[in-house]
Amino acid sequence: MSVASTSSVDLALGHRAALKPQRLRLLAYGLLAPSILFLTLFTYLPVVRVAIESLYDKPHGTGAAASFVGLGNYAKVLADPAFRQAAVNNLVYAIGVLAPTLTLALGFALAVQHSTRFSALLRTVFFFPSLVPLVAAASLFFFIFLPGVGLLDYYLGKLGIRGPNWLGDSDIALWSVIGLTVWKNAGYYMLFYIAGLQNVPRDAVEAAMIDGANGWQRLRFVILPALAPTTAFVTVIALIQLLTSVDHVIVLTRGGPSNATNLLLYYIFQSAHENFDYGKAAAATLISVAILLAISFGSLRIMERGARGNA
Amino acid sequence: MRKLDKHLWWALAAALLSAVAFLWASPFLWTLVASFRPEGAGSADMASLLPDLHPTLENFRTALESGSFGIYYVNTLIVVTGVLAVQCVTVSLAGYAFARLRFPGRDFLFYAFLLQLMLVPPALIVPNLRTVVDLGLYDSLPGVMAPYFASAFGTFLMRQTFLALPRDFEEAAAIDGAPWWAIIWYVLLPMAKPGLIAFAIVSVTAHWNEFLWPLMVISSPANQTLTIGLAAFTMGAESGKEWGVLAAGTLLVMAPLAVAFIAFQRRFVDSFVFSGVKG
Repeated sequence: MSVASTSSVDLALGHRAALKPQRLRLLAYGLLAPSILFLTLFTYLPVVRVAIESLYDKPHGTGAAASFVGLGNYAKVLADPAFRQAAVNNLVYAIGVLAPTLTLALGFALAVQHSTRFSALLRTVFFFPSLVPLVAAASLFFFIFLPGVGLLDYYLGKLGIRGPNWLGDSDIALWSVIGLTVWKNAGYYMLFYIAGLQNVPRDAVEAAMIDGANGWQRLRFVILPALAPTTAFVTVIALIQLLTSVDHVIVLTRGGPSNATNLLLYYIFQSAHENFDYGKAAAATLISVAILLAISFGSLRIMERGARGNA
Repeated sequence: MRKLDKHLWWALAAALLSAVAFLWASPFLWTLVASFRPEGAGSADMASLLPDLHPTLENFRTALESGSFGIYYVNTLIVVTGVLAVQCVTVSLAGYAFARLRFPGRDFLFYAFLLQLMLVPPALIVPNLRTVVDLGLYDSLPGVMAPYFASAFGTFLMRQTFLALPRDFEEAAAIDGAPWWAIIWYVLLPMAKPGLIAFAIVSVTAHWNEFLWPLMVISSPANQTLTIGLAAFTMGAESGKEWGVLAAGTLLVMAPLAVAFIAFQRRFVDSFVFSGVKG
């Protein structure tokens, strides 16, 4: 769809002597001005500001002036084992969440796409977790993961299984956080697959049926390819989300034990809010902005289609 | 025989699906059951999903008394309505400009707006906190709201909504000499209500649930929002064993949106499908 299209309202407005083309132009910029003001203050300038400030070191609480350190903060961040761990964790977290979430989202969508009462109930159940605050989900899972008496261990115990220390064991904790995130997000992405499934050409599915394709073959060779745009779109918004929400980490694990659940944004939050190492936080922010932009520009077409409401 | 097979498969699939759904709902079921369970029920069976025979409201009372939930509710309400009110103005105006007016740099500006969908505010908490301090908004609710006053998602949604409207009414109004603001206010917005409602649902949900940014901006207890209160409450519960109270507190935070969702389910679902990019 082209952005530029001759508007007859332009003409209608333009017919009136009061609104000549240049005034019409001024009107457009005037209407955009409030949005642009806030976008400049809180989206564009912050990137510039954090880029500049990442080059300075200002010791906290000493009142000393900021000193120029060039790329020193970046060197410090990249050499910091906690940062490296957070980067690796974030990668594991992203893949660990994405694969099961997309599979479940598609599975749920296929199961509940028909409009029966039972489907409507299931849809509500699957979607509900995405409506609650991530902090509330963390509170619930804090109890679910509680060693011994928590919901998980209580019922595993009834089956005769002794669960590990879900949040206290550094080999397991990240997977527990991944589990929470999958539970929280799968129903949200299900909605996009339900919408996507409505656009799968019906006659293609029927043709495959007549050709004798079984359920799995129809899914693999007809439905999945038709859903490719939905999958691409969901992958992008999921990746952005997995890089920019750490509420559950703050409440459940504070990045621990021994950095096992530290994620990039949590590292930034900790550097700025707890360790008051502003230069480090600024450098880490710029690194994560670069990652976000790389993901986004790699998928600009997908985002654009989403923004224009055709996803 | 084949028919019987098919029935059997359907029954199996339905049973499996029900089991998964039960698993999915179990955290909420537990919250409901535990929040009405009397304190003395013993912590060994605290995780049981079976409701207690003598439900009590005691946990809710304790939760309401121990946290300043009243203040938190008011603060969250102020943030949510404040953000939404300003957004409605900014996104309607910008959406109209993108949908109906032609001007140099339109495509460029469209992409510039698009950037906010990628550089979401949580990614920029560090520099934004500095900006909020510079503006004198630290530890204030306007400081929590300010980064959200412009919404790329809302702008695109309104643009999309306006584009779908017929132009006849506007043209008639324009020829009759109506100024631009009257056209937006009296002609377009009444027809664009579904778009605005969809945006409102997504915006309110997002800001009701938000945590990290208010945590950074707010320092005094009187300005805290619900999610911050709940987090403090959860972290405080580590030492004690008041799981019923914790469940009640969590329920209190989730309840308003949950009730709204159950009442307006279809609207919610449609809005969220629309909202993909908001994340």
